[in-house]
Amino acid sequence: MMKADRTELSLIGVAIAVAIAAQFSPNWLVFTLTLAISTGLVVMGVVMLMRAGLVSFGQGLFYCLGGYAVGLGGRFLGITDALVLIGLGVVATVAIAMILGLLVTRYREIFFAMLSLAFSMILYGILVKSHGLGSTDGFGVVDWTLLWFDSKTGDSANMALMLAIALALLIALFLNRYFKSSIGLACEAIRENEVRVEYMGISRQQTLYINYVIAAAIGSVGGSMTALAAGHVDPTMAYWTISGEFVFIAILGGTGHVAAPFIAALIFTLVRTYAIELAPNAWQMILGIVLLLIILFLPKGIWSLFTRKKGAAS
Amino acid sequence: MLTVWAILIDGFIYASWLFLVAAGLTVIYGVMRILNMAHGSLYALGAYAAASALGWYYADGGDQLWMAFAIIAVCAVAIGAVTGLAIERGLLRIMYGRDEILMLIITFAVLLILEDVMKLVWGTTPYFAYQPYAAMGRINIDVLTVSRYDLMVLVVSIVIGVGLWFWLERTRIGKILRSIIHDREVSKAMGVNVGRMFTITFMIGATLGAIAGGITAPIISVVPGIGIEVIVLAFAVVVTGGLGSITGAAIGAIIVGLARATSIHTMPELELFIIYAVMAAVLVFRPHGLFGQAVARKI
Amino acid sequence: MTEILKTEGLSRYFGAVTAAENINVTITEGEIVGVIGSNGAGKTTFINMVTGYLPPSKGSISFDGKPIKGLGPRKLMRKGLTRSFQIPQLFLELPVIDNLSIALAAAEHKQFQMLRPVHTPERLKAAEEILEQMHITEYRDEMVTAMPQGARKLLDIAIAMLGKPRMLLLDEPTSGVSMEEKYTLMDTVMEAVRARGLTVLFVEHDMEIVQRYVTRVLAFASGVVIKDGPVDEVLADEKVQELVTGKQHKPTASGGDA
Repeated sequence: MMKADRTELSLIGVAIAVAIAAQFSPNWLVFTLTLAISTGLVVMGVVMLMRAGLVSFGQGLFYCLGGYAVGLGGRFLGITDALVLIGLGVVATVAIAMILGLLVTRYREIFFAMLSLAFSMILYGILVKSHGLGSTDGFGVVDWTLLWFDSKTGDSANMALMLAIALALLIALFLNRYFKSSIGLACEAIRENEVRVEYMGISRQQTLYINYVIAAAIGSVGGSMTALAAGHVDPTMAYWTISGEFVFIAILGGTGHVAAPFIAALIFTLVRTYAIELAPNAWQMILGIVLLLIILFLPKGIWSLFTRKKGAAS
Repeated sequence: MLTVWAILIDGFIYASWLFLVAAGLTVIYGVMRILNMAHGSLYALGAYAAASALGWYYADGGDQLWMAFAIIAVCAVAIGAVTGLAIERGLLRIMYGRDEILMLIITFAVLLILEDVMKLVWGTTPYFAYQPYAAMGRINIDVLTVSRYDLMVLVVSIVIGVGLWFWLERTRIGKILRSIIHDREVSKAMGVNVGRMFTITFMIGATLGAIAGGITAPIISVVPGIGIEVIVLAFAVVVTGGLGSITGAAIGAIIVGLARATSIHTMPELELFIIYAVMAAVLVFRPHGLFGQAVARKI
Repeated sequence: MTEILKTEGLSRYFGAVTAAENINVTITEGEIVGVIGSNGAGKTTFINMVTGYLPPSKGSISFDGKPIKGLGPRKLMRKGLTRSFQIPQLFLELPVIDNLSIALAAAEHKQFQMLRPVHTPERLKAAEEILEQMHITEYRDEMVTAMPQGARKLLDIAIAMLGKPRMLLLDEPTSGVSMEEKYTLMDTVMEAVRARGLTVLFVEHDMEIVQRYVTRVLAFASGVVIKDGPVDEVLADEKVQELVTGKQHKPTASGGDA
């Protein structure tokens, strides 16, 4: 095994620090953090695709699948163990992503965006019309357990956060390696110049396919965690505007560092909580204006503020 | 057999509405290579403008149907043209030459902004302007009844479709636009003022969107979010038919319209998903849509 | 000497237009061949067919005795046939060292490793070696966008040389490069070529470059090869002068040994 590098040590350090700080934090903050981390995971999937040059307006598909897997597993299969539920979500999502990926990764630009949007809306359409699943209202997630913990009796907000931190840390550590690995660089190479990639002997299709399926799985984990924390799932998880939010957060954070999506998701979640309270009819406008400003002035996301290199062209 | 007639009538009426909504979107893409997500907002702006103006008119005691249509037309064209001009000149102009997907995201930002602008201007309570719709009544086709207003929308849609075709094929400006569609660099080299053509095109596309919204105002309750719902339908239609093609938008609208009508009359649970399923299915076999020209697939 | 590339009756039509017709060429290992011809004469079509970018309409191609017609660039690279590009095809927003490392990982068939880093000590060493040979070590950690055109061409060619290819096709290696730099660029490239024992085919417009670096020339005009032979013979040929070079040829003393 490789030596852990500085990034990995910082990630572990931050995770531990947050976990400890959470013990002394008010419930609303704990809940917000859990939501932010879960959202960050979903956004991570969008970022993985962006590194390969693809923008998905349909990440909500996997987010929703992960959420509904938790909901359905608990309600209809009687499963309560959180990790099993999350695993269920991942399995279902990977199965679907492996099928869709064969088609979707052959497209680029607008068409990839539209196709991913379409599949997400297909799920939305199915769920809205399923009366057995509560149609537009969705349904509540039953109490869950984790090892010795039972959400009926224990501090479920705290436990949800611990679980989220643990999962996010593992995934972040994996992705830190992934982004620096051959396939991670191959994805960036595809973004930069597909012709050259072919002439190097790399299969673009295989590279993008693997990347797509992993991004889907991670999105699913984010959706499952959201369901566990919020206690509710509904079809809007697959509506295209939610995917649009994920794209916004991905752009806000940038693709430069594995921690960026989590930080951006935290900023987003915090601002949204306040904005919805203070100016509910201006929240979308704020999103839109910030998005334009980032595209105009900070195209590499706010992370680029911390990593401006002198002299290197960017 | 009755069902078949119902499907055909409903399907074509819905298709005509879809075409109205999608026409402006596809024209803008064809000339400027921008998939304008804010088109949904233009639709909503047209609906709000028409609904509020009609509201004043009828509250003032007005009752002339032709006047109502005039109001719809004037409001829609005015708000569409002005907003279109503002967006194109104020924002898009600075961003030209960027990636298509980035332009899509930029128009997404505009959509978000305009959604809230509408909330701030018109509030969140629904607007109703059903008077023209009700005044036109219904007619019977055999045992089915159809609203005359819906038939009028069908006619307007055909007129606009033919008008667009004529404008692109027969007028001077249309020919210039087709040359830009074909090859932007070459037409620039031949002296075409591409910048001005872009502005004109965007304004026309935006106006078409607003007109679609204005005409629809008497049929629906005008509330926040109608733009967001409509834009995904418009996407489904233009992507199915082929981005940039008016014929494509028409055929795409017909296919989606009939598919939806079929679903409603036979398997209503599929109604929402059938539209996107059709779009995905078409893209599998024709990666750039039925009449599209752009290169969509890389492999 | 082994035959490395052989085309028979290779042709390509675009509707009514004949881009290339009946190209019969045999190249033996170790040759340095120049391909000349005016624009539209068929040289790029020929290169694109041989490198799997364009499917031929008729005819056959074999590499190392095995047929390769219809194979895409990926498979050809595995067989040892690579190319550089007239406009350098690089990963602009990635550092130069990354451009090379990913090429090395791909050549080793290790492009799908998810947990091993791309920058292994062996790959870094190989990358630094070729950066040295191309004299572009100073750009190692820079983004490609920071490189001037000449350096980019060298990087483009360097990438094509990684992974131990047998034959290299260079598409106008000196185009876009200033007059002063052309010779240094070609000297650098040919040194690296010789160090690796590569067979090279290159498209070139500058006859002085052609004279200096090749032993054999293929002259194209209107889609066919009008002359194929030693450099002095081809450049002195009347038809070649009429259709391609447009000038008198003065044979050099060494006739192509640079």
